[in-house]
Amino acid sequence: MFNDYTLRTITLGTAILGAVTGMLGSFAVLRKQSLLGDAISHAALPGIAIAFLITGAKDSNTLLLGALISGLIGTFWIRGIVKKTHLKSDTALGLILSLFFGFGMLLLTFIQKQPNANQAGLDKYLFGQAATLLESDVWLMAIVTGLCLLVLLLFWKEFKLLLFDADYTKTLGFNTKFIDILITSFIVLAIVLGLQTVGVVLMSAMLLAPAAAARQWTNSLATMVFLAAIFGAFSGVFGTAISASQNNLSTGPVIVLVASVFVIFSFVFSPSRGLLFKQIRFIRNRRDLELHKTLAFMHNIAETHENISHPHAVKLLNNFQGFTRKTLQKLVEKDYVTLTGNMWSLTETGFETAANLYTKQTTEDE
Amino acid sequence: MNNAQIEIQLIASLVAIACAIPGTFLVLRKMAMISDAISHSILPGIVIGFFITQDLNSPLLILLAALTGVITVVLVEYIQKTGLVKEDTAIGLVFPALFSIGVIMIAKNANDVHLDVDAVLLGELAFAPFDRLLISGIDVGPKALWIIGVIVLITITLLIAFFKELKISTFDAGLASALGFSPAVIHYGLMTVSSVTTVGAFDAVGAILVVALMIAPAAAAYLLTTDLKKMLALSVSFGIFSAISGYWFAHWLDASIAGSITTMLGLLFLIVYLFAPTKGIIAVLYREKQQRIEVSLLTFLLHLKNHNEEEERHVNHLREHINWQKVRAKTVLELALKNNMIVINSNIVSLTNKGDDFTSKAIDYIITNEDSQIEDMKDDFFLFRG
Repeated sequence: MFNDYTLRTITLGTAILGAVTGMLGSFAVLRKQSLLGDAISHAALPGIAIAFLITGAKDSNTLLLGALISGLIGTFWIRGIVKKTHLKSDTALGLILSLFFGFGMLLLTFIQKQPNANQAGLDKYLFGQAATLLESDVWLMAIVTGLCLLVLLLFWKEFKLLLFDADYTKTLGFNTKFIDILITSFIVLAIVLGLQTVGVVLMSAMLLAPAAAARQWTNSLATMVFLAAIFGAFSGVFGTAISASQNNLSTGPVIVLVASVFVIFSFVFSPSRGLLFKQIRFIRNRRDLELHKTLAFMHNIAETHENISHPHAVKLLNNFQGFTRKTLQKLVEKDYVTLTGNMWSLTETGFETAANLYTKQTTEDE
Repeated sequence: MNNAQIEIQLIASLVAIACAIPGTFLVLRKMAMISDAISHSILPGIVIGFFITQDLNSPLLILLAALTGVITVVLVEYIQKTGLVKEDTAIGLVFPALFSIGVIMIAKNANDVHLDVDAVLLGELAFAPFDRLLISGIDVGPKALWIIGVIVLITITLLIAFFKELKISTFDAGLASALGFSPAVIHYGLMTVSSVTTVGAFDAVGAILVVALMIAPAAAAYLLTTDLKKMLALSVSFGIFSAISGYWFAHWLDASIAGSITTMLGLLFLIVYLFAPTKGIIAVLYREKQQRIEVSLLTFLLHLKNHNEEEERHVNHLREHINWQKVRAKTVLELALKNNMIVINSNIVSLTNKGDDFTSKAIDYIITNEDSQIEDMKDDFFLFRG
């Protein structure tokens, strides 16, 4: 399939897009601005419509410039609302998102009534049409990605510092406002770039999903950014491939679903944070605890006898909840207990271990 | 105005009421973005419901779709609880995924003319009057009107019945559970009402307008009042106002009704945001400026009080010493002169008796942190604000 020129362009485009949104998305996720992407991408719509109304042409660069401007206006209005009024950030986000989008839809329907033959196809910005990507669009993406990488490398230390300790950054004398605006502007830029491919409605997921998946595998910012870029690029490639192989499928939703699969996989199978291993660790800990409880109970009984290996009936253990046939077998395997028929007796090592069970653990903890 | 026009405005106003009531509580509970998530993620519910019932207005479809909305909320909360990602990320992950599933299901079954994605986002308010409800052959009005009417009725009934519970659990969840109201029941009740409203309204006005109608009137009302009942009344009237004015705006432009209602809401919010008496942006900026001047004045007076030496009180020296620009120093100096706080003799500034009293009070005001003790002094410091 990679022999097809158009498909190769599109695949390259979505891969680059996934990489750059993944990279910048890591910052959005860690800064707790996840939903900002949603608001910005919706807020970009009126910009596209106005740019079309002014120029009357469908050149994607001018439209994206319009989107960028209106996205930035939306972003700074959100900040204004949060900073200067008592409305909370979620209200501000939802407000800008829906109001800008509604206004954009008004303009789009208005444009559709215009006698301009050019107007058809503006609604591809709603859900994205990767099929309309041209080589020049891919070049634009590549250039922006390069620029973005450069800025990330140049300001890496500042971004990282601002991310994790904004107050400290300020006391060190960095211009936090500038760094903040820089990173936010790049996030807006990345979102705007993706509008043509993924569309206004689903762009936020492109920003979040790769970053949220990458977060599960590492605690280092550099690794996370790198992983997010890779996850994003793969979602782009797979999504394009799947949607190209079927009729009637917009690329945007498919890419988002592929990215969501990455997220679910990471949530479940990540070794240190994943749900699966967490559950396994939890069960194993509980078993260990029950084993210790049984052993301690046996020790209590054995203590009352002069001969610690004096045999006792298994029945004695029946009142005790932590005891099962299996745990008893396990204790035998560890050579803590010997079983003869229905009688059990502690071995020397078993007695020692049981006696030191809690003292040993406390010293280990220290 | 013909019959259809009246019906459209009636439907739009009812949708506005149905959205404004849960919207007010969502805004107050800092869950506004949940409405955005619900409005997107009900799409697969609607599609599945449509496959089963083949009727966009069937009550079963509304229930199924509302269930999807509640599932979204549960899913978001589950992901939050695992602690793997932050709360807002959880919302941002769940609804695009569900929405994508819905879009793909529609795309794969494109033959069903009744459902297309544009209609989901924008609604078809202009066509709502054509879908009539017939009861034993008699035309009793548009179906959408009946659906949204029932939802409004249920919402208002629930609001009146559980007003006290809603109020307490919104403002003090701890107190609410101590008093024996389950915050969880109220929470999921509110989520269910929001979902049902979103679904019921979506056919008429589209998913995005639902979000706008939920958040914008409530946000505007919140800037104008801090009384819950007034806020509810205000947001309902804002909603109705934009619904009707938006309709005529669309009529004039010949564009989407939902889009122009949202635009009206936007204008309304912008006006309130700029001009609200105490919380509007202009009032806030003005107040901040006044406070800055007041602080400057206090600093200046305290400086005078602390220094008896003449060279410390020379007009030029002040500018160097407190590090003020010329204009600012002049403003403060003039303000102090006008209020008889200081006298200037051959460029030497000294405090008058009034200024001295005022400064002593100011020191008390600053070093006393208890509200009750400075209550009687507060009036003095409004002197310069008006």
